[in-house]
Amino acid sequence: MPTFVYMTRCDGCGQCVDICPSDIMHIDKTLRRAYNIEPNMCWECYSCVKACPHQAIDVRGYADFAPLGHSVRVLRDEEKGTIAWRIKFRNGKKDMELLAPITTKPWGTAIPQLASEASPGNEMRDSELLFNEPKYIRMDEGGLHTLESNGLKLKEGVYY
Amino acid sequence: MAYKTIIEDDIDVLVAGAGLGGTGAAFEARYWGKDKKIVIAEKANIDRSGAVAQGLYAINCYMGTRWGENNPEDHVRYARMDLMGMVREDLAFDMARHVDSAVHQFEEWGLPLMKDPKKGTYMREGRWQIMIHGESYKPIVAEAAKKSADKVFNRICVTHLLMDDGKENRVAGAVGFNVRTGNYHVFKSKTVICGAGGASNIFKPRSVGEGAGRVWYAPWSSGSAYGLMIEAGAKMTQMENRIVLARFKDGYGPVGAYFLHLKTYTQNGLGEEYESKWFPKLTEMVGKEYLDTEGQHLSHKPIPTCLRNHAFISEVNAGRGPIHMVTMEAFQDPHLEEIGWHNFLGMTVGQAVLWAATDVDPKYENPELTTSEPYVMGSHATGCGAWCSGPEDVSPDEYFWGYNRMTTVEGLFGAGDAVGGTPHAFSSGSFTEGRLAAKAACKYIDDGKAEGIRVSEKQIEDLKTRIYKPLETHRVYSNEVVAGSVNPNFINPRQGLDRLQKLMDEYCGGFGVNYMTNEKLLQIGLKKMKLLEEDMEKIAAEDIHELLRAWELHHRVRTSESVFQHTLFRKETRWPGYYYRGDAMKLDDQNWHVLTVSHRDRKTGEYTMEKAPLYHLVGDE
Ligand SMILES: Cc1cc2nc3c(=O)[nH]c(=O)nc-3n(C[C@H](O)[C@H](O)[C@H](O)COP(=O)(O)OP(=O)(O)OC[C@H]3O[C@@H](n4cnc5c(N)ncnc54)[C@H](O)[C@@H]3O)c2cc1C
Ligand code: SF4
Ligand code: SF4
Repeated sequence: MPTFVYMTRCDGCGQCVDICPSDIMHIDKTLRRAYNIEPNMCWECYSCVKACPHQAIDVRGYADFAPLGHSVRVLRDEEKGTIAWRIKFRNGKKDMELLAPITTKPWGTAIPQLASEASPGNEMRDSELLFNEPKYIRMDEGGLHTLESNGLKLKEGVYY
Repeated sequence: MAYKTIIEDDIDVLVAGAGLGGTGAAFEARYWGKDKKIVIAEKANIDRSGAVAQGLYAINCYMGTRWGENNPEDHVRYARMDLMGMVREDLAFDMARHVDSAVHQFEEWGLPLMKDPKKGTYMREGRWQIMIHGESYKPIVAEAAKKSADKVFNRICVTHLLMDDGKENRVAGAVGFNVRTGNYHVFKSKTVICGAGGASNIFKPRSVGEGAGRVWYAPWSSGSAYGLMIEAGAKMTQMENRIVLARFKDGYGPVGAYFLHLKTYTQNGLGEEYESKWFPKLTEMVGKEYLDTEGQHLSHKPIPTCLRNHAFISEVNAGRGPIHMVTMEAFQDPHLEEIGWHNFLGMTVGQAVLWAATDVDPKYENPELTTSEPYVMGSHATGCGAWCSGPEDVSPDEYFWGYNRMTTVEGLFGAGDAVGGTPHAFSSGSFTEGRLAAKAACKYIDDGKAEGIRVSEKQIEDLKTRIYKPLETHRVYSNEVVAGSVNPNFINPRQGLDRLQKLMDEYCGGFGVNYMTNEKLLQIGLKKMKLLEEDMEKIAAEDIHELLRAWELHHRVRTSESVFQHTLFRKETRWPGYYYRGDAMKLDDQNWHVLTVSHRDRKTGEYTMEKAPLYHLVGDE
């Protein structure tokens, strides 16, 4: 199965169940541990792996083309704003660690509450502009592109 | 049945499906509708849902007008060329003139965009693509949507749109069920922005068994945007324009950064360049307008993606496969090697898993490529979807009926994959379209167009019975046989999906028949679709999870039917490499330089097909 759960590490917290876009991480009613109920609908998207607080979920490649014995592990840290990967080849020849940023700002702080922005006036409503435009298109005083401003005309001759 | 009915009333803007399009819609709706009630109904959890659940390593649509890089019309020309002439240029221009503002906001919100240290611009992967560390792309845009919406309902599979009982052809909300509690959810709303995404898994995938989920587009992309809109009676366009992708074999790892940034290239099994060899003959099929083997270096026209696929497919058929990606040169540079791996980890981890499992180190071995099964989607490099109104200041009359991105059903808007004729929008363009739709939806309400919407109890109750029917079917018939999955009275959703995929593959031009079909095959396919439709009434679901699969299948079937109808209607091979009409192998501009539009009658299920004019709004230069 693409994802699987190490029984001893899982405490049944349900975070993987909450996040899986395919709705296939479920809690086993008797064992109270998570498991993948439909491996052939798993994308190996790693959403559940990243979400598990106990690193209880792992992935082994799809049985119809991936031999056993490899590993791709991940640690996503929202506070540090990073994601760390470790890839181990089956033959042991390659063992890579890779790190990437996931954000440049503390979570949730940099996104505006549009409810508290000034209301758009009628002129803005009647224009083709969206929130923060035209400033955010060119980040300067330039206006929105129209056919005219870009020196374009409706081309004569319609194909039917 | 014991499931509760939960009604959310007085909604102004309902966002059905919050991927990149839906999150953009929810975010922007708050600005134009300060006092409006904005609600999201999403099948998964918006923090990780849709095609961008894993993240992305590139934003594929960014003009960079601010840096003097491109203007919107450049993008229109590019998309038009890539799609063999066929795009809604008004919509494409409109998306392109706004897309930079979305990207600039993403940067402010914390999405790490890579910079070119010398120029100070964003690091380009190609002319339209910029590179990002996008693992958290989806959580970031979800945050923006959550800040704007009044309520977010996660885990609601929207099954049907509600229609106004007071006025013909006007939307009135949506219904669905919670895939955890099983409860029936009714959303009465003045407008609906449909962002429920494109379709994977309607054609038989190359992967089988356990690996069946390893498709390129996410396995949860159930074509719901199309299924919902088609059933509501919205006109659709370009549904024949499915996409086949060249990808790393088995893992479907993306090749964009490899080609464009790492400068890798392909060769056949003998180590030769093969692509250009197929082009002269192909020019006879598609004409010089689209592929000019002599003048290409002068015109600088890009070679359409489908034609490059054609070369790939033809070379493999000629027995000179496999096609390899030459990575061994680029990967000697440790920096490029790292980018190569990061590229997968950011958006297709399965490819890294596969190479680790099979000991393929692209530094010492050139990996194999393949062509995927076809997908149906309107925001990546193809343009399937609803026939929508364009913006007031750009669109000619036939493309304009008042509200930007509104479908032909009043009050029903689209974003992302849902909108037809807008290829090459990708993630940033889908988000932008959501924003455009949201502004228009608020305007529609402010103009009084949504006054007096009525939803009868009967409509609500009828839909409830319909939604839970698969559970009922299972309850009634499952005891007739001992156990197991074989029952004479019903099929389960997986069996239905297998049937659909087999017939799409064999009759509609999947990989199993080398993407080839013809009128006869399509007719047989449609006949079999009718039978499948009858069996859809007998789908059984053992539990709520299977009920989700049943409704996903339902939306896939609707999407597929539309693909069949459109493919049958367009009697030419417009996109060799995506599919071939064996009985009309040539591209035929005389008769088919047009957009195709379909309409499915809500009551009878009958299709009407028509041609719509294709306006070229921008010239070649
Ligand atoms: C592997 C891959 C690589 C890609 N690479 C890039 C790239 O590098 N750069 C780039 O810019 N773009 C890329 N794209 C394209 C980009 O992801 C899409 O263009 C974009 O996500 C489309 O947005 P959307 O809102 O239409 O669909 P999605 O983002 O897929 O959202 C659809 C939403 O609807 C929900 N939904 C579906 N059905 C229902 C239902 N019945 N009820 C309720 N909710 C429902 C889904 O859960 C999901 O949240 C890539 C896509 C894939 C799959
Ligand atoms: S990898 Fe993705 S699809 Fe598979 S179980 Fe985890 S979250 Fe679900
Ligand atoms: S998130 Fe981890 S610990 Fe929690 S239920 Fe899932 S596997 Fe178990």
